[in-house]
Amino acid sequence: MSAADVPTTTGIGPLEAHLRARRDAGHKLLLPYVTGGYPDDWPRMVEAFGQAGADAIEVSIPFSDPMMDGPTIQQASSLALGSGVTPASILDAVEGIESAVPLIAMTYYNVAFHMGHRRFAQDLARAGIAGAILPDLPLEEVGPWAECADQAGVETVLLAAPTGSDERLVRVCERARGFVYAVGVVGTTGERAELATSAVQIARRLKAITDKPVIVGLGISTPDHAAEVAEVADGVVVASAIIRKLLDGEGFDAAVEFVAALRAGLDRG
Amino acid sequence: MTDPNTDGASLMGTPGSDGRFGDFGGRFVPETIVPACEELAAGFADAWADPAFRTELDGLLADYAGRPSPLTECHRLSEELGLRLLLKREDLNHTGSHKINNVLGQALLARRMGKRRLLAETGAGQHGVATATAAALFGMDCTVYMGEVDMVRQQLNVFRMELLGAEVRPASSGSRTLKDAVNEALRDWVATVEESHYCLGSAMGPHPYPWIVRELQRVIGTEAREQCRRLLGGHPDIVTACVGGGSNAIGIFSGFVDTDAELVGVEPAGGAAVARAVPGVVHGSKSYLLQDEWGQVTEAESISAGLDYPGVGPEHAHLADIGRARYEQVTDAEVIEAFQLLSRTEGIIPALEPAHALAWVSRARADLAGRTVLLNLSGRGDKDVGQMMEILR
Ligand SMILES: Cc1ncc(COP(=O)(O)O)c(C=O)c1O
Repeated sequence: MSAADVPTTTGIGPLEAHLRARRDAGHKLLLPYVTGGYPDDWPRMVEAFGQAGADAIEVSIPFSDPMMDGPTIQQASSLALGSGVTPASILDAVEGIESAVPLIAMTYYNVAFHMGHRRFAQDLARAGIAGAILPDLPLEEVGPWAECADQAGVETVLLAAPTGSDERLVRVCERARGFVYAVGVVGTTGERAELATSAVQIARRLKAITDKPVIVGLGISTPDHAAEVAEVADGVVVASAIIRKLLDGEGFDAAVEFVAALRAGLDRG
Repeated sequence: MTDPNTDGASLMGTPGSDGRFGDFGGRFVPETIVPACEELAAGFADAWADPAFRTELDGLLADYAGRPSPLTECHRLSEELGLRLLLKREDLNHTGSHKINNVLGQALLARRMGKRRLLAETGAGQHGVATATAAALFGMDCTVYMGEVDMVRQQLNVFRMELLGAEVRPASSGSRTLKDAVNEALRDWVATVEESHYCLGSAMGPHPYPWIVRELQRVIGTEAREQCRRLLGGHPDIVTACVGGGSNAIGIFSGFVDTDAELVGVEPAGGAAVARAVPGVVHGSKSYLLQDEWGQVTEAESISAGLDYPGVGPEHAHLADIGRARYEQVTDAEVIEAFQLLSRTEGIIPALEPAHALAWVSRARADLAGRTVLLNLSGRGDKDVGQMMEILR
């Protein structure tokens, strides 16, 4: 093994460096979500979200059996799959996106496993994707994928859940790359009227044990929720609340305006 | 990396903490439920080693479920097929199938672990009925997810579950069958993990489920082995069972895995995951899985809702991989014929699921001539009579 082949398992990758730099400058991080393949002009939406104040963007590669997702994301995923998108067509489209901020792929493990860890990691890197979230690949199973991802320069974000012990959260934070995805509710993705107390609690627990960016996702539905969580967390992921507007027919501009409103909420603090 | 220990004695032991059977198994679930899986594995190991737990379960199996189930020699059908056919009569269990063995054990375990709600998925409805039954018996809340398509196919079982006090929730995404009911049950569990026990219905899912369900269904194989010893003075030449997720098959196989009996699992042609042998990961474990060229899970298609599943439990993938068991496929038309055949010759109306195993025996009868075949009759056909009436009349 030459020195160049040694995986940089402990170094800080470009995604994490980007998020840390912004955070350390006193900025709260906003990571909106786009379903690859829904709506048809989703690549333009990724660009628009970047201009509306996102710090990074989650792009999903839809999977047939999205275990971690509630009805809103499930519906968008199935519309996208119904329109015929594939992991390859989504990555091809991503390659053509002029994004102002890093992109993070979100998909389920079988997509990576079926294609082969090495090839999938390399394909993500070639498309210009900085990180990956595989919500059904927990700490104990992540090794073989994460090694290939590390080698390809794709940072594997891990989820940290409110049900985890303190000792487990420490191990999750150690293996996480890019940032730590704090699961804000005991549940699946979906909008909520009220911010769950668990969202602030998990952020607090994680901030006490890691210096990596701690970003809360699941259940963050309004600019006020975002601002409240970000008093403790370094930022938020917002998915279902954005997709809901699109499914309800409010249109592209309404989704972009909503991202801008989330930005304003976070900046207001 | 195939398990080098392919000799019978080391098969079907306790899996390691990674829940692997050779290359298969594992725990591919959201982080939120990993601690619950760990707790469940520890809770089961503890309960299974506790004589008081075992005694209580044995008592329930005997006095409530009606075990041991008999072994029936099929004289007329044996003559017709030119072989010796024995049926392990899981159809005579309370609630009508082998599913009760698993559920009574898991419900006892859930109570021991302080859970007050059971949730389950169901295809044909037999596992849902069994879970609703146990919940009624123990005074627990119960929610059962069932695909919308299956709710239409198996209306009688939907009504049964409701009578038993369970809430049946339709799974309306995807193929609206068992696969989607499993997704919904897993999502429910992710959201309610602190108070709910997910009573998974087959030898599949994340570790520790394939192990727990196999141990709870082992009673079928243990009884059958002793019954065969008494009747045959040894063991049968062939042991066969239908395979959806694989629980009734793994239960009866467990009694004979260390003998030289041939183990034959029978899948529906429209859902033959093992026969196609493409590995994949869904519903928490790595196993053989029906999927397209991108790893999207494709829909199984079978006349029997209980076998309408695109995957198979990981231990079956392992048994196939090392050559200890083999897996055959039969068509819906063959199943319909077998369903009528057993009814007419032996006065036993089988569920459509075990009719798959019989369909294979019937087709393979020339190869099986003169040999002794033990078939796990996993359930009775009451639930399927309405559907068959429409097809046959
Ligand atoms: C009678 C009967 N047999 C078999 C099955 C399939 O389950 P498994 O493959 O886990 O034994 C079912 C499932 O509903 C069933 O009702």
